Amino acid sequence: MTKPYLKSSLVATFLLAFILNPFNFFAQEEQHSKPDVSSVHGSFQIDAQYYNADSLIGAPKVPEKLLSNAFGNINFIKGKFSAGVRYEAYNNVKQGFLPQYKGQGIVNRYVRYQDKLLDVTVGNFYEMFGNGLTLRTYYEPGLLYDNSLDGARIISNPYKGITLKGVIGKQRYFFTVGPGIVRGVDGEININELFDSILGSMKTKIIIGGSFVSKFQAGQDPNLVLPENVGCYAGRLNIIRDGFNFGGEYAYKINDPSADNKFNYKYGDALYLTSSYAGDGYSILFQGKRIDNMSYRSDRGEALQNLLINYLPATTKQHSYTLFALNPYATQLKGEVGFMTEAQYKIKKGTPLGGKYGVEITVNYSQASGLRQYPVGDSATTRTFYTTKWDFKEFSGKEHHVDSVLRDGKYNSYSVSYNDNYRYYQDFFIEINKKFTKQIKTTFMYSHQFYNRNIIQSGSANAGFKKLNADLFLLDVTYKYKHGSAIRFENQWLLTPAKDIVTTSNGVGKGNWTTLLVEWSVNSNFFVAVFDQWNYGNPQTGSESLTPTKDLRIHYYLVTGGYNSGPHRISMSYGKQSAGIFCVGGVCRNVPASNGISLSITSSF
Amino acid sequence: MKKLLFLFVIALFASNFVVSGDGDKIPSATIKKLDGSKINSNTFSNDGKPIIISFWATWCKPCKKELDAIAEEYETWQKETGVKLIAVSIDDIRSSAKVVTDVKTKGWKYEVYLDENQDFKRAMNVNNVPHTFLINGKGEIVWSHNSYTDGDEEKLYENVKKLIKGEALSH
Repeated sequence: MTKPYLKSSLVATFLLAFILNPFNFFAQEEQHSKPDVSSVHGSFQIDAQYYNADSLIGAPKVPEKLLSNAFGNINFIKGKFSAGVRYEAYNNVKQGFLPQYKGQGIVNRYVRYQDKLLDVTVGNFYEMFGNGLTLRTYYEPGLLYDNSLDGARIISNPYKGITLKGVIGKQRYFFTVGPGIVRGVDGEININELFDSILGSMKTKIIIGGSFVSKFQAGQDPNLVLPENVGCYAGRLNIIRDGFNFGGEYAYKINDPSADNKFNYKYGDALYLTSSYAGDGYSILFQGKRIDNMSYRSDRGEALQNLLINYLPATTKQHSYTLFALNPYATQLKGEVGFMTEAQYKIKKGTPLGGKYGVEITVNYSQASGLRQYPVGDSATTRTFYTTKWDFKEFSGKEHHVDSVLRDGKYNSYSVSYNDNYRYYQDFFIEINKKFTKQIKTTFMYSHQFYNRNIIQSGSANAGFKKLNADLFLLDVTYKYKHGSAIRFENQWLLTPAKDIVTTSNGVGKGNWTTLLVEWSVNSNFFVAVFDQWNYGNPQTGSESLTPTKDLRIHYYLVTGGYNSGPHRISMSYGKQSAGIFCVGGVCRNVPASNGISLSITSSF
Repeated sequence: MKKLLFLFVIALFASNFVVSGDGDKIPSATIKKLDGSKINSNTFSNDGKPIIISFWATWCKPCKKELDAIAEEYETWQKETGVKLIAVSIDDIRSSAKVVTDVKTKGWKYEVYLDENQDFKRAMNVNNVPHTFLINGKGEIVWSHNSYTDGDEEKLYENVKKLIKGEALSH
């Protein structure tokens, strides 16, 4: 199973030995100009947790009791050459991650040569073409997201303003590689740099680019004629002038029947637009996208975050506070339209409203809606296919049934009903930051969120959950009481109308929540924090006629302490954590509730 | 077995680099300027004066707190020491359009770059943001700090001043 991996390990070993050998040809050549400086850098992180079973909060019994995720990176640099390895160990993988991360080994190794003309990598690499609609390999250790390509990459700057890239390889799949081969080329031209003499000093900057990616996977299905080579291409344009920014990319993918689209032979396409204007102290931003059948994986049978070749970002506000991020949105790979718009304004200091330090205000609105699917007759088989149409009405998320109604002898167009299943997510958000004195800083946030749990968590309009409407509030106050020492107080509320309360076991929305955090930064090295997340509005209070009787208005308390010194950080926490959803790369994963002690160490050198 | 051999070879070569850590040059990675053009991180310079490199993201509250706190003192810092701050955003495509709007609204006077696929972040071995580096006048990385708590900027500036005087830096 791991054979191809080992073969390439050997190749990498050979190359590494060759490059780092002080007597090699390249090093000697370099010595004529200046001595090669060599260096070694690295980092590591260990996250371990001891689990207690807790049936009340739904924390499962963990047979190993202790689970840990760890990784270490080492990079060598010698002049124009670099090489590196990453070792990962899961003994066993922590709760909430995919169980295929089991055991340990070297999952990433590369050698690279870089000069002004050429940049060559052999081994694992991370690359992004344009906005990533056709190809993006990416690594996020906190989420165990790693779809690196294992193969070869060449980047060249043959002429000023021109960048060409070529990649080929297979993608990382846990401790091996996926079955499909991914090939791609990308070109980008910076018009101003290319026509330096005429346009170099022009204020308007124009960059154009295009990419083509193809994946190969043998098709051995006895019933279906599967395309073995699936191409995907895209074109993009960026225009920047002073405070104005525009970026747009359109991608098209040929028919790509897969588990994601239930082996539909429809093409896929995606449009991604972003535009902003920013002046001194204010800005507006707009992002919009329409994606349709654009899941693109190097194994057509895969799901979740596995072997994704491209990236389809969510155009919704990215929240970082616990309750605001309790119901996060993830791009629906099958298809969606969405947009986000944000305005920011800073009331200048010294004005009556701005006070001594100024006030920052952010207003954001975002939403995502589903595409209408139109059935396609396929009389030869029992399979059901669909197609879609470009329709900007889809942005509303509402499907109006407009019937002509006869009233007073005249026909008036009259909307009689609408189907709400296409509305996936909405978020209206306000943030106000104000510093009152040199010591006191505050943040206030409000958000109204609409969350279609059926679609986002189950991918089906008929999953049986109630849609969630929630009002959220936050107050965050930092009091810096002396040089290097501060106390931070944070209070959040999530309020749900009674009609939206869900009591199903896998629903996270269980009525109203509140959180309270007190964090004490003793000095710049030590901190301690006490956090309580209280589900005070849970409808199950213990008085119901359910057996066993449970009061689920639970306090999830957590005590954390940490020590920082330079690039080293160690932290420990004890307590309960509620079940949650973490989203990455367009998919969400459920993390079960836990009760126990966790330890995290991170360091770089 | 072969993997072990590979590890062994790595270890062997690693052992050849006796001196490592402090004093290393900024590694090479391609990052984007706010006008869309690309530059290499190994071209960072400040005429022989220190550079602060701060890795941040638009969704990272402590990162923005740190850069806000420095922004208030930045003019003084520049006058006194000539130090330059380079703010490298690790936002991916989902939020990288927000970098320019955040920077302009806040009125930060830093040199700002986008590291959208985190090539520079990996080259600098940054695991989490905020992560702040101090570069001496010769372009060597001499100090770094992970995370931010209120007041950390004062310690950072003490180290900038120590660096100029040639004194030992503190963590």
